[in-house]
Amino acid sequence: MTTDAHTTHTREDEAACVEVIQAGALTTIQDAGRPGYAHLGVPRSGAADLASLRLANRLVGNPADTAALETTMLGMTVRPRTGRWWAVTGAPCQVRVADRVVSCDQPIYVPAGAVLRVGPAVEGVRTYLAVSGGIAVPAVFGSRATDTLSGIGPPPVRDGDVLPLGTAAAPPSTVDVVPRPAWPQRPQIRLRLCLRTDWFTAASVARLAAASYQVTAHSDRVGVRLAGPALERTVHEELPSEGMVLGAVQVPPDGQPVILLADHPTTGGYPVVGVVEPDDLWLVAQARPGTEVQFRLIR
Amino acid sequence: MTIHRVLPVGRTAILLEVGSSDDAQALYLHLERLRATGELRGVLDLVPGARTVLVDGDPELPGLAWWDELRRTWRPPPARELATPVVEIPVWYDGPDLPEVARLTGLSIPEVIAAHTSVELRVAFCGFAPGFAYLTGLPDALRVPRRDTPRTAVPAGSVALAGGYTAVYPRRSPGGWRLIGRTAMRMWDPDREPPALLTPGTRVRFVPESTEAHPEAGTPEVNP
Repeated sequence: MTTDAHTTHTREDEAACVEVIQAGALTTIQDAGRPGYAHLGVPRSGAADLASLRLANRLVGNPADTAALETTMLGMTVRPRTGRWWAVTGAPCQVRVADRVVSCDQPIYVPAGAVLRVGPAVEGVRTYLAVSGGIAVPAVFGSRATDTLSGIGPPPVRDGDVLPLGTAAAPPSTVDVVPRPAWPQRPQIRLRLCLRTDWFTAASVARLAAASYQVTAHSDRVGVRLAGPALERTVHEELPSEGMVLGAVQVPPDGQPVILLADHPTTGGYPVVGVVEPDDLWLVAQARPGTEVQFRLIR
Repeated sequence: MTIHRVLPVGRTAILLEVGSSDDAQALYLHLERLRATGELRGVLDLVPGARTVLVDGDPELPGLAWWDELRRTWRPPPARELATPVVEIPVWYDGPDLPEVARLTGLSIPEVIAAHTSVELRVAFCGFAPGFAYLTGLPDALRVPRRDTPRTAVPAGSVALAGGYTAVYPRRSPGGWRLIGRTAMRMWDPDREPPALLTPGTRVRFVPESTEAHPEAGTPEVNP
């Protein structure tokens, strides 16, 4: 920093903010994303596990779609410079405030200067840290979400970043701890057939229901790539590019399905065999490489 | 019948299939107008494709009966609506793939340039990247396949051909299209409304800037 460091420091202290000590693997700011620009090629983006983002926001008294932090596998460590309520949801992990262990899925008050450590995910992939008032970086096309495909929105969070906080609007939730069902070990994912199912042989659609598919390491916020019995096509011509939706299961020529997540491209040229039910998308977003998933087909 | 099929896509989207790119553009513009008048509640995104329009919405999206009614009643406008102005894009035709495109098409380089600038094009749809517009209306002679090996970095402003489409890369990105030139016009500007210069339905004409090299151009980045 070449400018007067003292002045800068004072200004930051006046405004509510949080300092990132360790950003973890891929930590991004996410909200409900930016619908309305897909016709220009702008992905919707937003939290991969939207239900967890919304739970975290409700716990701290925010509107459900307020911007929060989404971590990937390794968690993160922050030091708020302003005392605020926080909540940690999504992939379960150990959470400590100034070396005291606290629970996930409940409002936690973190005083100014205390360190909030969110450990590596014990299960699942993405942990959410919401703070009362939200992460108040400037919105781009109506959203503060980082879009990893197009680069729209704030850059991924780095060590040493100081992130502004918004004004806390409401007191935290009075629910102590949200009861959570056991983390699914072998997720069952409902898949609504419809779109281009007729581009695939009946036998391979039947196998899609009978077999399990393994989540591969080539999975990210754009899509979760699966490995399992290949889907065979009945139509071999190229599919003219068409609009893609969140949760679409695209099948490239190798027959291995890809489930599109939040940062998916707006159009694509591979046929879609079906679409994951919205309520089951979090299971996909939270499935680690190696996880066996099973599809339950809805016709 | 001009909307061939109405295909539900998951619980909250509908894909409308038509017979041609012209019909897809016309249907897209029709739906945008309906939405502007407040008639299409629940629609979050309207996404034209090569032969389709995707209506991506929320649970308030009109049900199948509404779309079937549209399928029965909608007809593409008889004449193209020519009210929109043509966006002219000046191009320096000095792309690294220009000789290869000439070889593939059997045309000379000046003939490739003449063919590319001879017609009025139209944005069929966007995709691949924000502001990346697939332009239709090229002469058949300019139909060339993508490169066998995509480049890892194509400079912003590159004017390219592939699969019967032409496009301008809005920013530096990987890409497999054949590069025939470049423009200084900004395809994507987040501070502009809309941020994309070329939105679906926009009419476009390429204009040769000069036969000399781009004044700011260095050697085009070519990766194996």
